[in-house]
Amino acid sequence: MNFDLTEEQKMIRKLMRDFSEGEVAPGADERDRTKTFPVEIFRKMADLNLMGLPFPEEYGGGGADTTSFAIAVEELSRVCASAGITYSAHVSLGCAPLYLFGTEKQKKQYLTPLCQGESMGAFGLTEAGAGSDAGGTRTTATRDSEGWLINGSKCFITNASYAKFLALTAVTNRTEAGPEITAFIADTDSPGFRVIDNYTKLGLHSSNTTELVLENVRVPEDAILGEIGQGFKQFLITLDGGRIGIGAMAVGIAQGAYELALKYAKERTQFGTSLSKFQVIQHKLADMAMNIELARTMVYKAAWLKDQGKKFTKEASMCKLFASEIAMKVCDQAVQIHGGYGYMHDYKVERFFRDVKLTEIGEGTSEIQRMVIAREIGC
Amino acid sequence: MNILVCLKQTFDTEERIAIEDGQISEEGVEFVVNPYDEYAVEEAIRLRDEHGGEVTVITIGPERAEQALRTAMAMGADKGIIVDDEDLESPDENSIAKILASVIGDLEYDIILGGYMAVDDGSAQVGPRLAELLEIPHIATITKLTIDGDRVEVEKDVEGDIEYIESKLPILVTAQQGLNEPRYPSLPGIMKAKKKPLERMDIDDLDIDEDELEGRTETLETYLPPAKEAGKILEGDLDVQAKELVKLLRSEAKVI
Ligand SMILES: Cc1cc2nc3c(=O)[nH]c(=O)nc-3n(C[C@H](O)[C@H](O)[C@H](O)COP(=O)(O)OP(=O)(O)OC[C@H]3O[C@@H](n4cnc5c(N)ncnc54)[C@H](O)[C@@H]3O)c2cc1C
Ligand SMILES: Cc1cc2nc3c(=O)[nH]c(=O)nc-3n(C[C@H](O)[C@H](O)[C@H](O)COP(=O)(O)OP(=O)(O)OC[C@H]3O[C@@H](n4cnc5c(N)ncnc54)[C@H](O)[C@@H]3O)c2cc1C
Repeated sequence: MNFDLTEEQKMIRKLMRDFSEGEVAPGADERDRTKTFPVEIFRKMADLNLMGLPFPEEYGGGGADTTSFAIAVEELSRVCASAGITYSAHVSLGCAPLYLFGTEKQKKQYLTPLCQGESMGAFGLTEAGAGSDAGGTRTTATRDSEGWLINGSKCFITNASYAKFLALTAVTNRTEAGPEITAFIADTDSPGFRVIDNYTKLGLHSSNTTELVLENVRVPEDAILGEIGQGFKQFLITLDGGRIGIGAMAVGIAQGAYELALKYAKERTQFGTSLSKFQVIQHKLADMAMNIELARTMVYKAAWLKDQGKKFTKEASMCKLFASEIAMKVCDQAVQIHGGYGYMHDYKVERFFRDVKLTEIGEGTSEIQRMVIAREIGC
Repeated sequence: MNILVCLKQTFDTEERIAIEDGQISEEGVEFVVNPYDEYAVEEAIRLRDEHGGEVTVITIGPERAEQALRTAMAMGADKGIIVDDEDLESPDENSIAKILASVIGDLEYDIILGGYMAVDDGSAQVGPRLAELLEIPHIATITKLTIDGDRVEVEKDVEGDIEYIESKLPILVTAQQGLNEPRYPSLPGIMKAKKKPLERMDIDDLDIDEDELEGRTETLETYLPPAKEAGKILEGDLDVQAKELVKLLRSEAKVI
């Protein structure tokens, strides 16, 4: 048993802390107000070779581990959750399926430019009628002599406006057992492929969330990612890894909100003394600190299991579920401790409060996490 | 060009200082490269990239100080030397400068860089002392450095003004804020840092008389500054306020 981070992990944490405070935090409120995607931040991260952090160097990656990836997502989210989700989706939804299921040629062609930051990574799974129940996928891919024609639409897809290509799922056959789902790689500038960036969201305003519309989008025979009919299984595996990212994002948001609340409680005087002297406030802050510590430990454990090549489905769900739920509470209480000021944009916790909700929804809702855990414990 | 950088691992500037048994507690504290030394590392890497050669980072400290050298290596330094300070009894600037001089005496170098002071002790002495021992020129608190052949041109911060100085290699310079913007270590830099050569030394490995290393200064007491209290705002007519002020300066603050 060893709870120490490795030397590399410590250095990556320091780098991500300095980078987040120096480059990401300064414009975060402004980007939130103006709904601006921080292209420049990801260009700088690409210069530091962070965009392919947990992938091997032969594909332009950084050769670091999943724990380091979680640390990077946490540190970005601590100052700007939009940057956190963008990076997390890029790595765990964009790059990971290519790394896990791509052919050598596909990895060279697609994973390498993602790791080098030439394109943002994205993954199109969710549809209007298929969210938690991805089996309800309606998008189809039909084979003809020249390859495949894809028709359908996807919703809520992160990063697609900044993706030159992405993986998406489509039904390739309908059998008695249900739809046969297959993943394809498609260029976003193909004729008939539209990326629509037009949602009005609760939070994560400077992240890119899009609708994809595909009308007779042609992809070649070898555009299949993984195997025909394995799309469902593949994205379940992909999401296991993604949940560590969302767990880390929740921990980061909670940590950021907690630090702001602690600082404010020490500075704010009411009834002749600082808020931090009231036992009620102390207990709120103590609960925050405790829950964040527990959530982070669980995120690290899931990441560690993944790096050890052990099964981590249950732990990934647990860390995502626990971290997102405590992060919701932490942000709620961080606003509460700020009183009326917490309701105002200038005090930042208002942004955290709006942003954090996504962590209970994306990459499997809390209800779905409980279903996964229940299945894993043998219910 | 052979470039040496002397650096120290110090408390993270955001850490809260706690005193236990009359000493500053290191329990649970994060350590970083002394911020002024970061400028020195950055400048050294730039010099190397411009003129070729090698950057060697040197530190004296406990085992954990290796992390500071690895950080400098992640930024781009080529190799490191760490001298274990465990056997030293209450070392001060005199001791540190002598050890550095002994280590560096055996090395080839064109220029030595350091931060102008360490943020923990704040003495700003080690650089100049080291240069004196090595019998080379030194310029402190530089904000710009240009090297052409063996000609050295320096801009130096003098209380808000700039002094322009010319000198020659070999030289020792210490960095002031403004010299450069230290880079973030890149991920490949971090991943490679552990594989770069690091030489470990004990005081015994050095050719110096240990008696000479004893601190020449003695720390009598370590204490926190008094907690800041709310200021006092005087009221009333100006001459009443002035009288009150004089009274307080005499009786309360006891400065007149
Ligand atoms: C900002 C943002 C970014 C996103 N990015 C991406 C992306 O990059 N790629 C992508 O593919 N998708 C993305 N999504 C989609 C996200 O994964 C889905 O929204 C999520 O999986 C939930 O699906 P849904 O919205 O259809 O809700 P539904 O599935 O309709 O769920 C509605 C509610 O019903 C509950 N529910 C559903 N089924 C059950 C059940 N069996 N038992 C109990 N309760 C149930 C859910 O838990 C939820 O509370 C993103 C969403 C958002 C908001
Ligand atoms: C949208 C909006 C509209 C408003 N409209 C009006 C209006 O029309 N007129 C008006 O006069 N005001 C208005 N307010 C102000 C509102 O009533 C105050 O924000 C509220 O009373 C809290 O005061 P505060 O913001 O100073 O927070 P604080 O009093 O500083 O409280 C901060 C935190 O400390 C806690 N706290 C404070 N004292 C103690 C204690 N002794 N023990 C334990 N915990 C304590 C609080 O519960 C809170 O969690 C409005 C505020 C908002 C956000």
